[in-house]
Amino acid sequence: MKTSGKVWKFGDDIDTDLIIPARYLNTSDPEELAKHCMEDADPKFADKVSESDIIVAENNFGCGSSREHAPIAIKAAGISCVIAKSFARIFYRNAFNMGLPILECNETDQLNTGDSLSVDFDTGMITHQQTGNTYKTKPIPVFMQELIQSGGLMNHIRKKIQNNQA
Amino acid sequence: MGMTLTEKILAVHAGTDQVKPGDLINARVDIALGNDITAPIAIEEFKKSGALTVFDKDRVILVPDHFVPNKDIKSAMQAKILRDFAKEQGLTYFFDAGEMGVEHALLPEKGLVLPGDLVIGADSHTCTYGGLGAFATGVGSTDLAAAMVTGEVWLKVPESIKIVFSGTLRPWVEGKDLILYTIGKIGVDGALYMAMEFTGPIIETLPMAGRLTIANMAIEAGAKNGIISPDTITRDYVEQRAVRDYTFFSSDPDAGYAQVLEFNVNDIEPQVAFPHLPENTRGISEVGQIIIDQVVIGSCTNGRIEDLRTAAKIIKGHAVAKGTRLIVIPATPYVYRTALKEGLFDIFLDAGAVISPPTCGPCLGGHMGVLAKGEKAVATTNRNFVGRMGHPESEVYLASPAVAAASAVLGLIGGPDQL
Repeated sequence: MKTSGKVWKFGDDIDTDLIIPARYLNTSDPEELAKHCMEDADPKFADKVSESDIIVAENNFGCGSSREHAPIAIKAAGISCVIAKSFARIFYRNAFNMGLPILECNETDQLNTGDSLSVDFDTGMITHQQTGNTYKTKPIPVFMQELIQSGGLMNHIRKKIQNNQA
Repeated sequence: MGMTLTEKILAVHAGTDQVKPGDLINARVDIALGNDITAPIAIEEFKKSGALTVFDKDRVILVPDHFVPNKDIKSAMQAKILRDFAKEQGLTYFFDAGEMGVEHALLPEKGLVLPGDLVIGADSHTCTYGGLGAFATGVGSTDLAAAMVTGEVWLKVPESIKIVFSGTLRPWVEGKDLILYTIGKIGVDGALYMAMEFTGPIIETLPMAGRLTIANMAIEAGAKNGIISPDTITRDYVEQRAVRDYTFFSSDPDAGYAQVLEFNVNDIEPQVAFPHLPENTRGISEVGQIIIDQVVIGSCTNGRIEDLRTAAKIIKGHAVAKGTRLIVIPATPYVYRTALKEGLFDIFLDAGAVISPPTCGPCLGGHMGVLAKGEKAVATTNRNFVGRMGHPESEVYLASPAVAAASAVLGLIGGPDQL
């Protein structure tokens, strides 16, 4: 699996209230949530972002609330992948469960808004399309890869239920 | 090697004798919890899974507490999804209207979460129950849906950090100050993916309300869970309430810790976390002059009866400063009724406060006290992110009920000694 897109760069501790403010949590409709994605960090983000773009951040991306509306909003806004030095743990789980690819990379301080990246999820290699530089990411634990291969947590559960009924 | 309290609870729930940090386990859950924001997505996923009934109707708990009483039509529709599902599934514990309280204050009070339990909740402050000696952690809606179907959750066994408090507490310093101080020292990702085990002579004598406050904010340091070893204080709290049997676990003397932090509380004064992260803490003497528009006393962090008693003691005989709005939110119907009986409402009302029914409300900028552009608030809540309590250009300062109450009277951020 591969993706490529333009970088939108954010800093440390991007919290779930920045990703999707609680005032919009009276719905779980992905399209509604996408309109307000990253709004309090960059009010025009939803208008500027294009399909398959990539969010790049520093440490502790997604800290705060357990709201799954955060990865839903990011995914529905067209973002194909989030790359950060580290992720808050509930966000990390939620992203895998939702099928939003996320990668941990220690060198995100070398990436900036407007850069074009290509990402190979199988090798975990990120390539900067303008400079040709490559960046390695931390391997995804085998168990999480299995979850992704099953098509997320609920597909995994669904298969289990079907097997039990068979 | 011995195991920590967290590791022991996880091992028992995974049906094994021994676990170590990094192990991936599939564990049985004692309680799976959702609220009006997170449960609608979980219920949708539950239905799509093909499952017909929840794994145990006594162990799936739904509490619509964030945007209720319904704040608008969309919120009403979300809460209705919970109401319909609770009815259809015959859930034993669904708390609505006059029975509803802020989930993490309500469940311990009702004896529904107990020492030795493994609890998951689709709310990040589920870690509160660690104050009782349970393993409790926040998850997303999809994890909740999976647990509602299977009664299980996959978890990675976390490393533990031991935090030891010793010394003598200064006047007005309480659980909230200890946890804010700790987050100030280690940062909002200082315990990322880890278990925070709070211990030492100060914790051993700390009342349950303070223990729940400390565990509640473990997530603000990035932790998977916060936990305190159960003891006689725990027993006194749970024995009259427990709806099930429970088990006390404690860490082995040779348990392994990634880090041990020792804090002498003699050095800790009442703390205030400045915008826009809980790690931006300062002692009350270093705050400077910050004029405030609003004070909120409530939430899953500090909306218990002990918190309201502290606030009332400070406010009694004073009035809220002109130009400042004080909002008091008892976290549960029990807290509400007790405060009423004890005359605390008279004290708050005489001072000019407004009293809200139980709700998370303004903590996350939902309703019942949303801030306008440029406004500043002192809150006993747990997060002060950008836009957390309303307008993106408003500010939230986190503090204890004592500091919040004093600030309401002063009209600026200050401690009880300044009154």
